[in-house]
Amino acid sequence: MAEENVLQELEDALAKGLEDLKSVASEEALLAWRNQYLGKNTAITQAFQSLGKLSAEMRPQVGQAANRVKVALEAALAERSESIKESALAASIASEKLDVTLPGRPMTPGRLHPDTQMLRELYRVFGEMGFQVYRSREVETDEYNFQLLNFPVGHPARDMQDTYFVEAGERGDNPIVMRTHTSPGQVRSMREYAATNPENPPAIRLVLPGMCYRYEQTDARHETQFDQIEGIAVGEGITFSNLKATLSDLARRLFGQNVRTRFRASYFPFTEPSAEFDVECFLCGGKGCAVCGGGWLEIGGCGMVNPNVLRNGGYDPERYSGFAFGLGPQRIAMLRYGINDIRYFWENDLRFLEQF
Amino acid sequence: MKAPLSWIKEFVDIDLPLAELAHLITMAGMEVEEVKIIGLPMPAPGTLDAKVTGLEWDREKIVAASISEVLPHPNADRLTLCKLFDGEREHLVLTGAPNLFEYKGIGPLPKPLIVAYAKEGAQIYDGHAEGLVLTTLKPAKIRGVDSYSMVCSEKELGISEEHEGIMFLADDVKAGTPLVDVLGDAVIEVNLLPSFARCASILGLAREIAAITGKPLKLPKWDVQPPAGKADFCTLEITEPKNNPRFTAGLVHNVKVGPSPEWVQRRLKMYGMRSINNIVDATNYAMIELGEPLHAFDYDKLVKRAAGKPVKIITRAAKAGEKITTLDGIERKLDTFTTLVCDEAGSLSIAGIMGGEETEVSDETTNVLLEGAVWNMINIRKTARAHNLNSEASYRMSRGVHPAMAERGQRRCLEFMRAWAGGEVAPGLADAYPLPANDPVVEVTEQDVKRWLGIDIPVLQMAELLARLEFKVVVSGTSVKATCPDHRLDINEGVVGKADLVEEIARVYGYDNIPEMRMADNLPPQIGNPVLVKEERVRDLLVALGLQEAISYRWSTPEREAKRLSPDAEQDNKPYVKIANPLAYEKGFLRHSVLASVLDVAERNSRIRERLAFFEIGPIFLAGEDPSGLPDELKRLAMVLGGARSASGWQPADTGAMDFYDLKGVVHGLLQGLRLNDVKYEAGEHPSYHPGKCARVMVGDKQIGVMGELHPKVKGNYDFPATFKVPVLAAEFDLDLLIELVPPLYQTVDVPVFPPVIEDLAFILDEELAAEKAEALIRQTGGKLLADVKLFDIFRSEQIGAGKKSLAYKLTYIAPDRTLEAAEVAALRNKIIKRMEYEFKAKLRG
Ligand SMILES: [Zn+2]
Repeated sequence: MAEENVLQELEDALAKGLEDLKSVASEEALLAWRNQYLGKNTAITQAFQSLGKLSAEMRPQVGQAANRVKVALEAALAERSESIKESALAASIASEKLDVTLPGRPMTPGRLHPDTQMLRELYRVFGEMGFQVYRSREVETDEYNFQLLNFPVGHPARDMQDTYFVEAGERGDNPIVMRTHTSPGQVRSMREYAATNPENPPAIRLVLPGMCYRYEQTDARHETQFDQIEGIAVGEGITFSNLKATLSDLARRLFGQNVRTRFRASYFPFTEPSAEFDVECFLCGGKGCAVCGGGWLEIGGCGMVNPNVLRNGGYDPERYSGFAFGLGPQRIAMLRYGINDIRYFWENDLRFLEQF
Repeated sequence: MKAPLSWIKEFVDIDLPLAELAHLITMAGMEVEEVKIIGLPMPAPGTLDAKVTGLEWDREKIVAASISEVLPHPNADRLTLCKLFDGEREHLVLTGAPNLFEYKGIGPLPKPLIVAYAKEGAQIYDGHAEGLVLTTLKPAKIRGVDSYSMVCSEKELGISEEHEGIMFLADDVKAGTPLVDVLGDAVIEVNLLPSFARCASILGLAREIAAITGKPLKLPKWDVQPPAGKADFCTLEITEPKNNPRFTAGLVHNVKVGPSPEWVQRRLKMYGMRSINNIVDATNYAMIELGEPLHAFDYDKLVKRAAGKPVKIITRAAKAGEKITTLDGIERKLDTFTTLVCDEAGSLSIAGIMGGEETEVSDETTNVLLEGAVWNMINIRKTARAHNLNSEASYRMSRGVHPAMAERGQRRCLEFMRAWAGGEVAPGLADAYPLPANDPVVEVTEQDVKRWLGIDIPVLQMAELLARLEFKVVVSGTSVKATCPDHRLDINEGVVGKADLVEEIARVYGYDNIPEMRMADNLPPQIGNPVLVKEERVRDLLVALGLQEAISYRWSTPEREAKRLSPDAEQDNKPYVKIANPLAYEKGFLRHSVLASVLDVAERNSRIRERLAFFEIGPIFLAGEDPSGLPDELKRLAMVLGGARSASGWQPADTGAMDFYDLKGVVHGLLQGLRLNDVKYEAGEHPSYHPGKCARVMVGDKQIGVMGELHPKVKGNYDFPATFKVPVLAAEFDLDLLIELVPPLYQTVDVPVFPPVIEDLAFILDEELAAEKAEALIRQTGGKLLADVKLFDIFRSEQIGAGKKSLAYKLTYIAPDRTLEAAEVAALRNKIIKRMEYEFKAKLRG
C-alpha cells in the first residue's frame, strides 16, 4: 500500500463517515455506523496497524492523521448520539399522556374518632396553659358524684342532673351511680394532691376528661352518654378574673382570635360565684342565626370552687381559692363541623367517621 | 316562671327597653327564655336574646271603645249589633259574643260598656282558628250586614286562650285610647335555677331587677290585715317543727264566692293559671306575687267536723297506710314521710302540695280559713315525687320558702279576699312558729372580694350592692357585716357564706364589669400522665396501621355480648353491673367486652364497606370485691379486621380477603411500635376464635391478649351480609397490662457504614416445626453479625416430601466496624446450616 494512499484513505474515511452520520437517526444505525468507522476493521485501525511498515518519516504523519480522524469521528459520534437520545426522549415524552382526572389508587388510612380528635386539641390547648390531664372512674358513689360537691341528699339541685343508679344493694344515702359529670374528679384529684403534703397542699391545674351519663331520652340534641372535659385550678390567689381570662383565651384558641365571650350568672352547687360561659357565635359573627339564635353560643358552665368542695378536697378555703369549668367536646365539634345529630358520635357509622 | 311586666312594675319602676331588661335579667342568672308581647311594640329582630312571641297592637287601629246599645241582628239570633263609639265616630259592629246577649234589645245601656275595638286593617289573631293564626280585618257582608271591624276577645288580642266572649275594660277608660296604653304588656318567662327559689314570685323578680338597675324596690304594705286582736277562731299544733317550722291561719267572714275582678283574672291567665273564683284566685295571686303558697279551707266545714269543740289544726306525719282524697278527686295512699294538715277529726290536706276534697272552698262557702305555712323542702320534694304531684305550691315549697313569707303571704291574701270577695277579716292571726329562722350574719371584707374576684370594690360599694338586695349591712373598716334578708334561704354561715355574699356582690356589680386577668401565680408542679401518653401512642400506631377508631356505648346486654362466644365453649358467667333505672333493657348492663362492642360496629358497617378495620379503647366493668362497692373499671383494646385487604379501584389491587396474618401484621406493628421486646405468639384456644387459628400474645411470660380468626359459629352470630363470606379477624388486649409493659425509653443502633452481605438460605423442615423456632435458631447462631433474617417464601411439593415444608430466608450480615470478608460469612453460614441440621433435621435446599 502506498504511503500516500493511507493518508488519503483516512481523509476519505473521515469525509465519508461524517457524511454517512448525517443520515443516522436511530440507536441501532448509530451502532452500525460506529462498527463501520470506529470498529475493528476500519481505515483507522488499518492505519495504526500499518505504522510499523512505514518509513520513519511517514510514521508520525500517519499516526497523527489516524488519531485526528479517530478523535473527529468519535466527537461526531458523541454529538450525534446525544441528539438521537434527545429526540428519542422528546418523541417518547410526546407520546406519553395521562388522563390526570382519573382517580388515584384508593388508600385505606386509619382515623381517630372525632371525639378523640377534639379531646386531643383540648389537651393541647390546655396543656400549653399548664393544665394536665387527670382521669378518674366512670361509676361513682353518690358521695363523690354529689355530696362532696355540695349537693346534699334530697337537694333540689339534684333535679338538674337526672341520674342512672347502679344496682348495689341497700346503701342508704350513698348509692352507686353512673357519674353525671366529670366533677367527682375534682375531689379525687384534690385529695390525691393534698395527700402529698397535707399541711401545704400543692397548687393544681388539671383537666378532667371523660364519659358522663344522664338519665334522659336521646334525640338529635341530647345524648344519655356524652363526654365532658372539666378544668380546675386551685392555688393561693386564683380569682374569678383569672377564670374569665383563661376561658377567653381558650375561646380564642378554639374559635378564632377575635371572638368575644360573656359570663352569665348561674348556679352550680360546687362553684360560687357560678357562671354560664357563652361565646360570640363564630358562624354568624354574633349577628344571630339559626344555630345561635341571639348571637351567642352556650359553651359551658364555670365558677369559683365552692369553699365546701375545697375543704372536701383537703384544701383550706380560707387560704386557697380555685376555679373550675366544664365543656362538652361533642358540642364544640357539633358547632364547628355543623353536626346535626349528637347520636352520630357513638353510632360509629363509617359514613360519619370518615368525614374527620 | 312567667311574669307580666305590668305586674313587676307595681314593685319597681322600669324605664329600660324590653330587650335591655331581658338581657340584664339573663346576665344576672335568671335566663329569659321567652318574651310574649301583648300589644307593646315588637323588639327589632335580633335585639332580644330569647324567643319572642306575641302580637303588637296598632295604636291607631286597636283602641278602647264604648258600647251604648246592643241591638238584635235582623237575620240571625246568635249575632248582635253593637252601637259603638271609637272616640271619633259611631259604628254599628257585628258580634256573636255570648256575654253581650244579656244587653240585647234592652235599649240604651244605663252605663256604656268599655271594650277593645279593632278597626278595618287591624292585625289580630283569628278567634275561631286552632292555635294562633294572624288575620287582617277586611270588609265583608255577614248575613246581609256590613262588617269591617270587631270587638275583641282576649284570644284575638293574644292575651290568653279565652274566646268565650269579648273582653271588658275598666269603666274609666276613655273611648279612642290606644288599647296598648291600657293593656299593653309583655310576659317574661325566666328559667329559675334552684338557688333562685326566692325569685319564683313577681316581687322576687322585681327585687332582682331593682338591684341590677339601681331603682328602689316598692314593697307592698304588709300590715293592712288582719285587724289587731287575738285570734280566737282556731288553735294550732305542730308536732314536728323540722317538717313544719311555721303555720299561720287567718279568717275571713261572710265572703261572697264569685268571679274575681277582670284584671285579676287577666293577670292569672298571663301567668298561665286558670281563674277559679275570687277566693282561690286570691290565694294563687298572692302566691305568684310573693312566692308563698296558701290554702283556703271552708271554715264552716271545719267547725262542723269539730262537732262543738273549737277548731284545732294539727300538722303531723302521715300514719302507715293512711289515705286522703285530694281535691283532684284522687284517693292517695300516703308514705310516713309525708306531712299532713289535719284537724281532730282527721286529715285535711297534703301539706304544701295539695288540699283535700272535703274541706275545699265551694260556691256556698261564706267563711274562709286561710293557711299560710312553710314546710321542709326535702320532705315536700319526696312527697311530690312519690305522688307525681307537681303543683305550683309544691314547686315553691320543694325549693324552700322562708318562714317570714308565711305571715306576709297570709296578710296580703286576707286583704285580697276582702277586696275581691267582700266580707270582714277576723281580728288576729293564729301563728305557730316553733322553729324560727336563723338568718345568717356574714362578714365579708374588701380582701375577700379581692381574693375571690380579683378586683377592688370599696367597702361602701360592697355594702350598697348588698343593700339593694335587702341585706341589712353594717360597715366597719374594710368589712361589711351583712344580715341575710328574711325572704331567702340560700345564704350560708362562715366561709361558704362569704362566698355566697361575694357571688351576690359580683352579680349585682355585673360579671361583665370584672376584668380578665391571666393567672399570675407560679405554674403548679407539672405532673405528666404517662398512662394517657402511652394510650394515645397505641391509638396513633393503630391509625397508622390503617384502623379506624370507634367509641361505643358503655352499656349492652348479656345476650348481645354472648354473641362474641361460641355456643359450644364456656360462657361468660361473671355477674354484670346492672343499671337500676335503665332507659331501656338494651342499656341496662355495663359491658364486659370491648370486643363485643367492636364486633357490633363491624357488623353495622359490613353493609356499606368492603373493608372493615376498627379498634376501640375503653373500659369494661366487672362487679368487684372493693369495699367501696364500686365495680372494677378495666381498660381494654379490641380490634376487628375483615374483608378486602385494600380498597378496589380502576387499577388492579390486592383486594383479596384479609386473613390471620393481616391481623398479625397489625398486632405486631403495634407491639413493635410500643418497643415491646420478647413478644411471642403461642397457639391457643379461646371461646371467640377458630381453634386452629388463634394465638395467645405473650410479652415475656405475661399474656397481654388473644387474637385470631373468629370461630365460624361466632361469626354466624352476627348479621354479616351474605356477600361477606370471608373470615373476620379479631383481637382483644388487656390495655392496663400492655401499657404497664411499655418501656419508658428505648435504645437505637447506628446507621451501618459498611456494606451488608445478603444471601438466601432455604431449609426443608418438618411441617410441624413452628416457623418461629427456625428463625430463632438462625438468629441465635448468626449472632451479632447477622443483622436481619426475613422469611420470604414457604414452599411445599411432592418432591420435598409429604409432611415437609421449605422455608426460605433472606439473611443480612453486617459488621459495624469493617467490611465482612467472604470467609467470615461462609463460616457463619456453615454454622447456621449445621445447627439447623442438628437441631431440626433440616436439609438445605439446593
Ligand atoms: Zn349565629
